[in-house]
Amino acid sequence: MRLLVLLVGSLAMIGPSCFAADGDAGHGAGIYQRCLACHSLQHSRSGPRHCGVFGRKAGTLPGYAYSQAMKKSGIIWDETNLNRFLENPLKTLPGTKMAYAGVKDAKDRADLIAYLKQATRDPAICD
Amino acid sequence: MSDVNLQTESAADRRSFLSGLGKITLSATAIALLAGQDRVGLIGSAKAQTANNDVAILNAALGAEQEAIAAYQLGAASGLLQKPVLDLAVQFQGHHKEHASALATTVKKLGGTPVEAKKTYSFPTQKLKSQEDVLAFAAELEKGAVSAYLGAVPILTDRELARVAASILGDEAMHWAVLRQALGQNPVPTAFLA
Repeated sequence: MRLLVLLVGSLAMIGPSCFAADGDAGHGAGIYQRCLACHSLQHSRSGPRHCGVFGRKAGTLPGYAYSQAMKKSGIIWDETNLNRFLENPLKTLPGTKMAYAGVKDAKDRADLIAYLKQATRDPAICD
Repeated sequence: MSDVNLQTESAADRRSFLSGLGKITLSATAIALLAGQDRVGLIGSAKAQTANNDVAILNAALGAEQEAIAAYQLGAASGLLQKPVLDLAVQFQGHHKEHASALATTVKKLGGTPVEAKKTYSFPTQKLKSQEDVLAFAAELEKGAVSAYLGAVPILTDRELARVAASILGDEAMHWAVLRQALGQNPVPTAFLA
């Protein structure tokens, strides 16, 4: 019984920090349409550009005016952090300029992140 | 919520506010914004963060509206648009100017500072070689704007502001549909927007 408890407890600890990026990038491209009011892959607009986002420290893209909250967040963007942030940006990071309710469906988020990973690795898009 | 403190505002004050909005003709919108303004007077420090959130949301929308104005200016000045499409683009740009004006006014009323339009925007000008290209570019921006307002409406604390945002959302959705129609596409491809 103790072993079971330990196992369940370990899985619970692993869960939040582990995000399986097995999303459907094709469907994610459609989800990304929602982002296009403020973002693009190649250029910063109302929101920062997405090329280079994976592994980038939040709030550090040159030439983009981030909120203080984002600058001080200490976030390094990866699948897990993006998943958390995209679910509810304002709740995850109060003070962020990304005033958007979030992508509430977990599969949509996984698909969106899969698309972002694929697109930002494409040298024809992000050189 | 919408009738809070209305009795303290004189008709003259309302006329003054409305006249300050210049060409804005969406009286329902203006009235709703007025309701938002009234509520500010009742917001205490405990609710300041809530007001700040609404300001952030409205400023994000304002930034997108300013970009849309610039995008339509690019399209209108490109020489690629022929009448009556050109007239349509100018009309839609006018709507975005009205949205931006109303949003900026409301941000100020809420005690915030409206974001300013950028001096330059990065548009895919190298890809705009025909009227169809410009229409497709505009349609993409309008669809994005619809999604942005869909993401804003549920998190605006002030229900009157949410109603105004929904009103703008409807306008942007009509733009998107008309642009798709002009492109020969199904103007209303889905029953739900996301």
